[in-house]
This record gives sequence, C-alpha cells and structure tokens, in this order.
Amino acid sequence: MIKFENVTKTYPDGTVAVDGLNLEAPTGKLTILVGPSGCGKTTSLRMINRLIEPTSGTIYLDDQPTSGMDAALLRRRIGYVIQHAGLFPHRTIVDNVATMPVLLGEGRQKARTKALELMERVGLPANFANRYPWQLSGGQQQRVGVARALASDPAFMLMDEPFSAVDPVVRAQLQDEFLRLQREIGKTIIMVTHDIDEALKLGDQVAVMRVGGKLAQMATPSELLTAPADEFVADFVGRDRGYRSLGFANAAGTVSVSEEPVVHLGASAAEAQAKASGAWVLVLDGARKPLGWAQPELIGSELKTEHLNLSGTSASASGTMRQLLDAALSSPSRRGVVVNDHGELIGTVTASDIVRAIEAEPHLETAR
Amino acid sequence: MNLEWLGRQFDNIVFLLGWHVLLAVTPLVLGLLIALPLGWWAHRSRRIYPLLVGVAGLLYTVPSLALFVLLPLVLGTKILDPLNIVAALTIYTVALLVRVVADALESVPEDTVQAAKAMGYRGYQSLLKVELPVGVPVISAGLRVAAVSNVSLVSVAALLGIPQLGSLFTQGFQLRFFTPIVAGIILCVVLAMVLDGLIILLNRWLTPWTPKVVAS
Repeated sequence: MIKFENVTKTYPDGTVAVDGLNLEAPTGKLTILVGPSGCGKTTSLRMINRLIEPTSGTIYLDDQPTSGMDAALLRRRIGYVIQHAGLFPHRTIVDNVATMPVLLGEGRQKARTKALELMERVGLPANFANRYPWQLSGGQQQRVGVARALASDPAFMLMDEPFSAVDPVVRAQLQDEFLRLQREIGKTIIMVTHDIDEALKLGDQVAVMRVGGKLAQMATPSELLTAPADEFVADFVGRDRGYRSLGFANAAGTVSVSEEPVVHLGASAAEAQAKASGAWVLVLDGARKPLGWAQPELIGSELKTEHLNLSGTSASASGTMRQLLDAALSSPSRRGVVVNDHGELIGTVTASDIVRAIEAEPHLETAR
Repeated sequence: MNLEWLGRQFDNIVFLLGWHVLLAVTPLVLGLLIALPLGWWAHRSRRIYPLLVGVAGLLYTVPSLALFVLLPLVLGTKILDPLNIVAALTIYTVALLVRVVADALESVPEDTVQAAKAMGYRGYQSLLKVELPVGVPVISAGLRVAAVSNVSLVSVAALLGIPQLGSLFTQGFQLRFFTPIVAGIILCVVLAMVLDGLIILLNRWLTPWTPKVVAS
C-alpha cells in the first residue's frame, strides 16, 4: 500500500504543485493519477520515491513513512518506468534489464539469467539480449523499460506516462499486454497519465486531479463515467460518457444471439443467394472463424476473398456491451458478429437487440 | 634530403622522438585527470560553468613561449627543466578539456540520468557507471584536439633548448640545412596522426554501443 497523508508541495516561487493530497493506493492494485497538465500528478508520483521532497505531509510505503528512509535504498525498493524508457544507451538490453539486481548486489550471471526470463515475459525475443537500445523501436524500448523495473521483483511500481511516447497501435498493444502481466504479478502500482481513456482502460481505481494539485475524485473507472463528482470531472472524463461506460458493462447473457446462416469461400452465387438474408451473407473459414460479409449478387462464378467486405468488427460473447454494439454498427448487414473465446462464430445481434437489453437493465453489471 | 645524415643521426632522432612523445602525452593524461573533476563541477553548477569555461579560454590564449618562461618563476624550477613544459601543456590541456568534460556530461540524455537516480544509483555511482561512460565519445573528440595541439606545442620548447623534435628545427635553421627540418615536420605529423588514431581506437573499444555510421 502507498498512502499520501496531507501531502503538499510548494516551490520557492510560491507555486503550489500539490495541495493537501490524501490518497491510498491499495496493495496489488493499479491506481492511476490523471488530470490536465499542471495538476501535480507527476510531482505526486515523484514524491513517492523522493525524486522530489514534499514540503509537508507524509507518504507511507506499507505504513512506514518514507521521509526517514535513505533515499537511494527507498528507490531500490520501487520499480520505475518513464515515458521515453530512459534506457542506458551504453548497456546491452540484457544488462539494462539486469540493472536493479546488479545494483542490489546480485552476481552478474544470475542477474542476466533473471533478465532473460523477464525479457521473455514482456514479449522481447531472446536474440535482442545483446543489442543496444538504439537498435530497438520505441515500443520495444518501452518493453525493456518495464522489464527493467520488474527485474528486482519490487512490491511497488511507479509509472510516469509509460505508454504515451509510442504510436496508438503499439500503445494499445502495450496496454493490453501490461494488463495481462499485472493480473499475473499483482504489483502495487501508481501510474500517471494525461490520457483519460488510458486511465479508464487500465486503472483499478482512478484519481482525477485538478490544476492546483487537488484531488477531484477517486473512483473506479465505471463510477467516474456514471457518477462524476462535479462538473470538472464530468468535463475531463469527456464526451460520449454514456457510450464509453458500455465498455465496462458485461455483455455475457444480456443479449440474445440469433443464429446466422453462413457460406464458405468457393461457394457458388446461387448457394450464397439461398443463404443470404437481405443483401448480405456471412462468410466463414474452415475453422468456423468469420472472414467477412459478401453480397451474393456481386459474386460471379464462385465466392473469393476479393468479394469480402471487412468493415465489421466482431465481439466476444464474454466481452463488453460496447464491443457488441460496435460490432452491430460496423457491420454492413447491420448484424453484429458474435464469437466465442476461440474466435468461432456463435451468431449475430442487431443494435436494437442491444439497446433493448440496455433499456431493460439500467444498472448493468460492470465487467471487472 | 640528405639520407646519409639521417642515417648518422638516427639514434639522436629516436631520442628526440622519445622525449617528444613523453612531453606531449604526459600532460594529456594529467590534464584529463584534472579536467574530469573540474568539468564535473562546471556541469553541476550553472554559476560555475561560465566562470570555469571563461578562465579556461583565457588560459588557452596565453602564448606558449611566455608560459614556458614564466612557469619557472612560479614553480621554482630551472628554465631548462622539462617539468616546465609538462606543467604548461597540462594547463593547456585542462583549458581545452574542462569545457569538453562539462559538455560530455551535458550530452547524456536527461531521461537516462533521471532513470539512474530513480533506480537508486547514488550520485557517484551514476557519474562513474552511467554519465562518464555515456560521455566518452564527446570526451575523446576533445582529447583528439588536445593531443594534436600538444604535439605541435611541444616543439616550441626547442627555443629553450629542451630536447624533442623541435630541436631538429632549430638545428636546421642554424645550419641552413633542410634535412632535419623536413624530418622533424614529418615525424611531428606522423606522431600527431598516431596519437589521434590511438584515441580513436580507444574510443571504439570503450563505446561498442554507439550507432555504427555506414561508410558512404
């Protein structure tokens, strides 16, 4: 557990960066500090490992005040990940990852063995071990940064905008992988971001801070969307709150899925015509995985890949209402494809099915 | 070129070359050792940096001959003592390298320094294991300039009669005989190139991590 008790940071010029912050990050959970620039979120983070000293108040690490500790020893207990990874350019990837264990006095060989395991864990191929940071892409460097922070198996982790310097596709991938990893390792994490979507996606709980360094609201992501404490939080959480809150509503069992007739690649136009309902027919591969939609009237002699319309997304039956609704809205037939956990077709749903389910249950069970 | 003279003088020329190397390289090493803490100090303090770099720049403008003559008065050494040359060239090397070391430390990415601190490196650990190693390419670039400059400055000491390759110039001028002058020039250039090459190799050995520049 990391606890802030009345923590204030005032700079000599009178700027108040953080103002009487009280906050508790529970053990094993991912707590996110989010807010506009100048809200003191990064200052708060950096006060935990005393890169910045608080002006007043106390920060506790598992009930021990950090103020009495040796700063370097305190920092060695906490994994730290920053925006541009901050790797050591003069060390190989494996030695970058082994930094903390070596600093803590472990033998170099043992530390390297451990580092190789961690590299695998964060999805870095073993042949990267002897490369240098400049030979890696931004996303790969960030994985190294995460592995390095985890190498000494610290109970606590601080992450300062860890995923904001990479492009959106890589960012989403890193976020998903990190969520999976955190489910396995259950570290006590405080992460700073300016991106409310990232906060809502990753956080077990989210602390919204306002300019002047005050805590505006501390809540779970779905609470933030459905019950923002005040106008500032509502505004910051942003538009489309209703739609986005569906991203936290569990879809399982709420919507009835209709059976969908299907064809396979190589089917004749007549066969496709017979199976189609309306202008579109769903095409599967040999393993019952949906490939796309086709219009029978446009098929010449036989159904080929070039006849497929790929605009529709598919939703997992155990996913969220938001994925389900998106599948329906993005499908050219307006019937959303629903698959099981192995990606095999279960059936389809329409937007009106989903809306009806939402209307029937105003308080949808949250997905986490 | 009088090759026969060169053959006769071979031992003497080797002797002069040996002194030249000693008088050029010793101050280079001493100067670097002194410049490291000074450069670190300049890097640390925004107020000290302009002061140290300014004084260093001024020192470098003092003519070498004047320094060679002045130093015995300050050090209490004899005018012919080679120590004067070592001291003078050490001053020039420090003057060149203070700024170089400060800039080398400044060249280390801020993220890297922050990461070292945040992972629990103490100040000296960060300096020795992260900042200096990452600053090596900048330091060796400065060292190359200092090495070449020292090789040429040493020859000025011939005017004081301290033996090194410059002695070949004075000898040649006195005798109106060009062979020693040409030999001295060639040996100075070769020595400068060899020292330069050695520093390049040392840098390469210390920094296997720098991006390889593709030869065009």
